[in-house]
Amino acid sequence: MAQSAPRPPARPPFWNDPLVRSIIYQVLAIGLVCAVGWYLIHNTITNLQRLGVSTGFGFLDRPSGFDISQVLIDYNSTYSFGRAFLVGLLNTALVAVCGIVLATIIGFLVGIGRLSRNWLIARLCTTYVEILRNIPILLQLIFVYTLLVSVLPAPRESLAIGETVFLNTSGLFVPRVIPLAGAGLFFLSIPIAVVLAWLFARWARIRRELTGQSLPRNWITLLILVGLPLLTFLATGRPVELEYTTIGRFRPQGGFALQPEFVALVVGLSIYTASYIAEIVRSGILAIGKGQIEAASALGLERSQILRLVVVPQALRVIVPPLTSQYLNLTKNSSLGVAVGYPDLFSVAGTINNQTGQAVEVIAITMAVYLLFSLITSAFMNWYNARIALVER
Amino acid sequence: MATDIAPHATAAELPPPRTSVGPLAWLKQNLFATPKDTVLTILVVLFLLWVVPPLLRWAIFDATISGTTRDVCTFDGACWTVIKMRFGQLIYGLYPPEARWRVNLMAVLVVLSLVPLFLPWLKQKLLYGAGVLIVMPIVASLILEGGWGGLQQVETNLWGGLFLTLLISFVGIAASLPIGILLALGRRSNMPIIKALCVTLIEIVRGVPLITVLFMASVMLPLFFPPGWSIDKLTRALIGVSIFSGAYMAEVIRGGLQAIPKGQYEAANAMGLSYWQSMGLIILPQALRLVIPGIVNTFIGLFKDTSLVLIMGLYDLLGIARMIVASPEWLGRSIETYVAAGFGFWIFCYAMSRYSQRLERKLHTGHKH
Repeated sequence: MAQSAPRPPARPPFWNDPLVRSIIYQVLAIGLVCAVGWYLIHNTITNLQRLGVSTGFGFLDRPSGFDISQVLIDYNSTYSFGRAFLVGLLNTALVAVCGIVLATIIGFLVGIGRLSRNWLIARLCTTYVEILRNIPILLQLIFVYTLLVSVLPAPRESLAIGETVFLNTSGLFVPRVIPLAGAGLFFLSIPIAVVLAWLFARWARIRRELTGQSLPRNWITLLILVGLPLLTFLATGRPVELEYTTIGRFRPQGGFALQPEFVALVVGLSIYTASYIAEIVRSGILAIGKGQIEAASALGLERSQILRLVVVPQALRVIVPPLTSQYLNLTKNSSLGVAVGYPDLFSVAGTINNQTGQAVEVIAITMAVYLLFSLITSAFMNWYNARIALVER
Repeated sequence: MATDIAPHATAAELPPPRTSVGPLAWLKQNLFATPKDTVLTILVVLFLLWVVPPLLRWAIFDATISGTTRDVCTFDGACWTVIKMRFGQLIYGLYPPEARWRVNLMAVLVVLSLVPLFLPWLKQKLLYGAGVLIVMPIVASLILEGGWGGLQQVETNLWGGLFLTLLISFVGIAASLPIGILLALGRRSNMPIIKALCVTLIEIVRGVPLITVLFMASVMLPLFFPPGWSIDKLTRALIGVSIFSGAYMAEVIRGGLQAIPKGQYEAANAMGLSYWQSMGLIILPQALRLVIPGIVNTFIGLFKDTSLVLIMGLYDLLGIARMIVASPEWLGRSIETYVAAGFGFWIFCYAMSRYSQRLERKLHTGHKH
């Protein structure tokens, strides 16, 4: 054989080697980020020194010196800045939880309503979505607040639900829960009941899958959830009292007061987010193939059974991921409460920034808290999503 | 055998039963199909009767639009006089009235500069678009800010109204696409460090509210630069909005990139295209086309989010509305002003969302079964 052995291919010059290139790029990127970061930090430190602002998180222990109009825990101006952050955080959490519950209810109703056979209801729900989705949330919040302040009655003419819940210009008044001696056991019984109910539901499902016999699951769960705390409540001698609001001559006394700002924020956030949830729900239901519903009716299931056993479980798979991001959006949008004067985390952070001038630390804490909220919500939703996701066999 | 089957005498066609066509049938099918439907229909009609007439009375029949002060208005109906008198402010903000022609000129220039993008025979659209993106901000600052050749200087803190809302949206939209494309490509990169940097930036920005990003831009940006540098409020807002919308755009575009089959990437490599060639010529044109509806939806979100700059002390459409509400001469006319501002936002967002729906139908990229 005269043919010479194939020559090994010439190695490309090192700057054409993809691996070398990618290492060079990454080193350059790190260098660039570090240089820019160092430049910015250097400037910031110089500027802060020039302005005479101290750095570090020591300010969190100093007394805050300002009051907050709605507090869920003990707080006044002698408490620390750190405590003020906590108050703001709890206020944000309260708005987020109330808003998410309300938005989900309205959103599902409107979303299902848009698919209604009833022309009038479908039109009404479409109008709702098309109007609310296309107006900025900030404008809606300010509008709701303005409207609320101008239409709410004076305390003497409160809107009342059975002498327990009052709504007037000073806000929404609900009974306050006052724990007496021995209340710990009662409060402990609630999570225990939830765990028991969950264990029971699990056991009942496994039993049904093994034996085919089903128990009246919903009723027994309800019995555990209500019965156990009720029994504890009676057995420990009624350790919890409700303090009701009384409408006095000038302003309402007692009870738990939620400001009109809170009401406006929750209403504004939930009607806005509901318009998005409605669209998510609608597309989720529409994503269910017609064949599924036809097959279910061919099996002889009733309309309500089709909805409960066939449509909803499949639709939830489509609904849950975008629903998560709407919940997150609502939580993040609750920071707009600052525009109507609700003391949420962002608004408290703004006040603290004005008092201390330590913008960098205040922004870092605020952003970290919102990030944490986001991570917790998405972690929970991912868990839920994985639970209901299609099991591919 | 001869068959003489008598010709079939057809009876005249009967009209369909009255209950299956025509308005009556429509009513029955759509409003009174079942007893439950009937009850619901009646409830909705009662609700509408309760809500709509007072609304119409307030907004139209008892409303006032004549006159020039709030004294002509009654509290039975809306007072559109405030909108009539302050219309200029709602559109141009505090921009000096004698210089408003400059804003109009700029609007005409923007529209004219977009026209070539729709000309079928223009080949170098990308190049042209990039050129516009570079030239336009310079032209805009020359015309709008002035201060040269006899043009009166108008500080950016006087800019406002719908004009400012549109300006911020345009800048945000224009900036978000390149930032978003770069971040999305970085997130899909094989280089772990580049990927980590992009993921961190995207997730942090998307995990916090826009208002904190704007707050950071307004409080911390001045600290980032050497003493003596000053950045006006509008620029700070524009930087904050651009970063924020870029991060959201990145996730939309990443969706498109992920939807492109692997074969396309491999084919591009096999053709010997470089990374940027294969992205620019093969992958991105397909990926962006796939996510056009998502991009338009991001634009809508961005347009609505511009209203948050009022918290930084800028007077966009909503900020101007708030200013009018606070002015003593129009005390108590807040609802009318907010309704007008809301209508302004609504028109733009609704138009964009209809456009996006039309595109979605045209491109068939929605979830169809």
